[in-house]
Amino acid sequence: MKQILDRLSPYFLAGPAVLVIGVACLYPTLMAVRLSFYKWSLGDPWSSAQWLGLSAFRQALTDPAVLHSLIVTVVFAAIVVSAEMVIGTALALLMERQVAGISLFRTIFIMPMMVAPIVVGMIWRYVFDTQFGPANALLTALGLPAQSWLANPSLAFLAVVVSDIWQWTPFVIIMVLAGLQNLDQSALEAAQIDGATPRQVILRVKLPMLMPVLVITALMRLIDAFRVLEVIFALTFGGPGSATEVLPLHIYKTAFVGQQLGYASAISVLLLVVVFALSLATLALSNPLKDPRQ
Amino acid sequence: MAAITLEAITKSFGALKVVDDMSLDISEGEFVVFVGPSGCGKSTTLRMLAGLEQPTTGRICIGGRDVTSLPPGRRDIAMVFQSYALYPHMTVKENMSFALRLQNLPKGDIERRVAEAARILHIEPLLDRKPKALSGGQRQRVAMGRAIVRAPSVFLFDEPLSNLDAQLRNHMRVEIALLQKRLRGTMVYVTHDQVEAMTLADRIVVFHKGRIQQVGSPELIFEHPANLFVAKFIGSPTMNILPCHYDGQFYLGGQALDLPVPDRLRPALEAARGRDLLLGIRPQALRVVRADEHGPGLRVTVDLCEYLGTETVVSGRLGAAPQVQVTAVLPARAGLGG
Ligand SMILES: Nc1ncnc2c1ncn2[C@@H]1O[C@H](COP(=O)(O)OP(=O)(O)OP(=O)(O)O)[C@@H](O)[C@H]1O
Ligand SMILES: [Mg+2]
Repeated sequence: MKQILDRLSPYFLAGPAVLVIGVACLYPTLMAVRLSFYKWSLGDPWSSAQWLGLSAFRQALTDPAVLHSLIVTVVFAAIVVSAEMVIGTALALLMERQVAGISLFRTIFIMPMMVAPIVVGMIWRYVFDTQFGPANALLTALGLPAQSWLANPSLAFLAVVVSDIWQWTPFVIIMVLAGLQNLDQSALEAAQIDGATPRQVILRVKLPMLMPVLVITALMRLIDAFRVLEVIFALTFGGPGSATEVLPLHIYKTAFVGQQLGYASAISVLLLVVVFALSLATLALSNPLKDPRQ
Repeated sequence: MAAITLEAITKSFGALKVVDDMSLDISEGEFVVFVGPSGCGKSTTLRMLAGLEQPTTGRICIGGRDVTSLPPGRRDIAMVFQSYALYPHMTVKENMSFALRLQNLPKGDIERRVAEAARILHIEPLLDRKPKALSGGQRQRVAMGRAIVRAPSVFLFDEPLSNLDAQLRNHMRVEIALLQKRLRGTMVYVTHDQVEAMTLADRIVVFHKGRIQQVGSPELIFEHPANLFVAKFIGSPTMNILPCHYDGQFYLGGQALDLPVPDRLRPALEAARGRDLLLGIRPQALRVVRADEHGPGLRVTVDLCEYLGTETVVSGRLGAAPQVQVTAVLPARAGLGG
């Protein structure tokens, strides 16, 4: 009897949380999946929705606009996540040291993450404003020609990348700082005694010991980068043309500008599949939740 | 092998003085054990030897070389930590060879030295495992192996056995003693454990509040403690301390104590006639006699008898002065007349 209770107790304890998450996450997802089989516009009665089956998926997979958005998203995610991981880890390693005034530094560095994404977009739109923006002011001060940042496809993409790095590097810093705090200090001391230089301690002991944290952080950032919307919405709204039209923004436009809710849902499901596959791939490479003994 | 010299070492953390004006000479090949109560500065002193902590003032020499400002890696020392401090991402073999690989030794050399150390420590079958997959005792061996392969001139140990169960601790203690005979390195060993200190040490250094109380062989420390702290700290159970004075015989609160006066103490006692004294008697030096039996003795009211299998520990209060605690260690079967 006691054994049965012992075996069941995890389910009792985790049950309510699983139920809430299940209802809150699974239900909307399932509704989106259902919607993707229909042709339906916002405002029409659901009874007028037209069954399309898999044709929306077939269309999405061959739609050049979707493909273009997907490429923009992948390039964007690859660039920002790599940059954020490298810069964030480097800054965390610097900030780990106990130097006077470091806590003020830490607070300042972490601020961008607390700003609402829409506001981040507004801030950077101002920074890159052709007439009044500090970016052009700086160029002019350096004797360089001013640029129409957000009207030039490459520069607009750069602006989007810079704003994301600005906002999300602090997240990497926080995660890595927390990871550093949890490292076995005596292992680092042992490395010093073994004759490792400060650089070797970082490269051959500290970073490898941090790897589980780094993997999880990169994964979280990658998933978020694939869902980026608000900042780009406010900064470029996907333009010029569709140079910065990431997939979530394309979905938004399809659903609410183009009024094709069913088709938008189908693309969403595809995005979900991509993100899901990414997560599985990363976890398969290095799963910090798995017992390394196995 | 190297001699170690600590010259007037002081260490403060902010306003807190943790090690106070400490000087100590350790000779080549010697096994020195630091003992003392928790927080007395043993680890801090060891860490200063290792170079993990910088002395506030003073000088440290190893093998005649002033190493005070050298980083740990250039002091030719190895250290075994209480928590083992293995690199979790490396296999046992990689853990043991890390220092050698940093020195860019030839591959064959590294293989040979790791194999040799693994053989000595009986960890050959574990070489390809990660530390996570090892038991506490096995990790301890790997930590020792990591020290041995480097063949350093000085080995530092900070309570290396305190995370092991009693049986394994006894076993490893014997192995360390054998290892020292074999390696002939200078060893500095921090412990709480008196048995470890007494059995391993060539010399024991007793610490208290950041100061050295006494340095000497285990026999010297046990038989001739330099002060009250050492007397009470070394030996288990704690030595009985009776406040008394001497006037031809011992008196406690005006009452004569019916105790023999050892001849070797007589000259010192004569010189201290009439002054307040503390008389120390090891619990093992007492035995039980019946109240009506003839001969000298202390009358004791017994509070507690603890049967430990090989012996019985009896604690009680002195009949003449109930505020004074007395403990005696008796053979297990020594009945108390009841
Ligand atoms: N980095 C530090 N900062 C501030 N105080 C410290 C630091 N390291 C040690 N101390 C203090 O120094 C004192 C001595 O510490 P130490 O670790 O040397 O004691 P110990 O003799 O090894 O004790 P234990 O037997 O419990 O290990 C303690 O009071 C401790 O709180
Ligand atoms: Mg200690």
